[in-house]
Amino acid sequence: MPFIPHTPAEQSEMLATVGVDSIEALFEDIPKKFRAAELNLPEGLSEMDVCQKLEKTAAKNHTDLTSFLGAGFYDHYIPSAVDALCSRGEFYTAYTPYQAEASQGMLQAIFEYQTAVARLLDLQYANASLYDGGTALYEAIMMAVRQNKRTRIVISESVNPIYRVMLDSYTSNLKLDLVTIPHRNCETDVDALLAALNDDTAAVIVQNPNFFGTIQDFTALFTKAREHKIVSIISTYPIMQSVLKTPGEMGADIAVAEGQSLGLPLSFGGPYLGIMACNKQLIRQMPGRIVGRTVDKTGKTGFVLTLQAREQHIRREKATSNICSNQALCALRALMYISLLGPQGLKKTAQTGIERAHYAANRLERLPGVHVLNQPFGNEFTVKLPVRAYEVIDKLLDYKFVPGFPLGRYYQGMDNHLLVACTEKTTKQCIGILAELIGGAL
Amino acid sequence: MNPKELLYAKSHEWVKIEGDEAVVGISHFAQEQLGDLTFVELPQPGDQAEAGAEIGTVESVKAASEIYSPVSGEVTAVNTELENAPELVNKDAFGMGWLFKVRLSAAPEGLLDADAYAALCAAEAH
Repeated sequence: MPFIPHTPAEQSEMLATVGVDSIEALFEDIPKKFRAAELNLPEGLSEMDVCQKLEKTAAKNHTDLTSFLGAGFYDHYIPSAVDALCSRGEFYTAYTPYQAEASQGMLQAIFEYQTAVARLLDLQYANASLYDGGTALYEAIMMAVRQNKRTRIVISESVNPIYRVMLDSYTSNLKLDLVTIPHRNCETDVDALLAALNDDTAAVIVQNPNFFGTIQDFTALFTKAREHKIVSIISTYPIMQSVLKTPGEMGADIAVAEGQSLGLPLSFGGPYLGIMACNKQLIRQMPGRIVGRTVDKTGKTGFVLTLQAREQHIRREKATSNICSNQALCALRALMYISLLGPQGLKKTAQTGIERAHYAANRLERLPGVHVLNQPFGNEFTVKLPVRAYEVIDKLLDYKFVPGFPLGRYYQGMDNHLLVACTEKTTKQCIGILAELIGGAL
Repeated sequence: MNPKELLYAKSHEWVKIEGDEAVVGISHFAQEQLGDLTFVELPQPGDQAEAGAEIGTVESVKAASEIYSPVSGEVTAVNTELENAPELVNKDAFGMGWLFKVRLSAAPEGLLDADAYAALCAAEAH
């Protein structure tokens, strides 16, 4: 059976109702050049053939590698309870359950997620989540632009380059001026950022720890930004917030994060979780869903979507964003993960990753011509090698080791630089082998 | 119900003329239609108001509506009390719930008196 919802008879009936005589006529408002000429799809296959084809393709993946890859996405341990709870049918639905009359449980779960995120980042409000960290960063910029009606965006080059590519793409048709301030030896150049701020600047954007792993305090930068009515945006790594100075403590206006590290598997790049929190003065600019707690007319506590007037189903032309959903299931996983670990567990997870990374840095520093470039760092650091990073990566793949992320991929003049990440899953034994292997590859 | 000394716009704002200055708010009927207000977005002192043009927003639990300036001129003051207490508009639309003041650059045009406005509301309520 073809899984097509509309029969030809139904199609004709619908076309007749709207007063056109063909599908072609229905789409005539869309210029031909913008329409897909063909979908370039192969012929259909049987279920058995499809399964075999996919299994064959999946078998090409290396699932047995020892990986020191991070670069914004980290391989943390996920307690079994997360998968068990999350796969309950009540949660596993494509329907986004927002109707207060029918979905109190899910709405409360989202509300608790928002509370956890706001506490983790030390800001007043969080939304119900966005698609991923990069989308959250773009939406944060747009919040700033709407708030202060300016168009210049100052961003540090040490912000995740994958996000910066996304920002270029998202803003390519907008009248925004993105100014990128180079990093200084893997440090976010705060002096240069300060010098770049002016009264046309809508937002200043930094990341902590930055893409190279360096940890910094941006309190002075954010204070100066506030004096000029510039919105401060910080991109963060949620796991590290339990041990680092938080966005709230630094005085950031908006904090965004990739929530993958909170109980979501890496799974080849998604689905992930865009985390966003902000302070009260920006709440009406915050995109996406926001769940609030209220009381019904009999005084019983209940949960509802709130501040709806920002959303496109209320005032399309004034909506803060065309995002009209959230990553409810991923947000739920994050909430379960945070709840299962608790404050102490989160702290211990962060500290273990930091300890392992410092052990790895010490081991690698002993190798001839290898230098660790950043200080202080958390669970990720940059090493400069005496050879091209790709050379070492290629050699170590033979031993099923991925030593890290080649920074030359995004940064000019950094072909010899490798970004190495550890988590609580990285054993000292693996770090020892990594040091031996890199030593042998030089 | 609708004070006699005020003038009214068809978009449900009221105007109180005091010499070359006008006080602007939304009518009791408008706040009733909106329900409990949760937020009022106002212009800044120094902004130019233009008769018939959008100048702010009122948000309620149900919806959000634009506020249109009934007069032209420079905004001289805004009701900052509404930042933390938008419900003043529900409580006292013609008094404590005023929105902003404008130094008139032209005589107001096309506004209704209280009786004509009452007739408009009666027609809209059906």
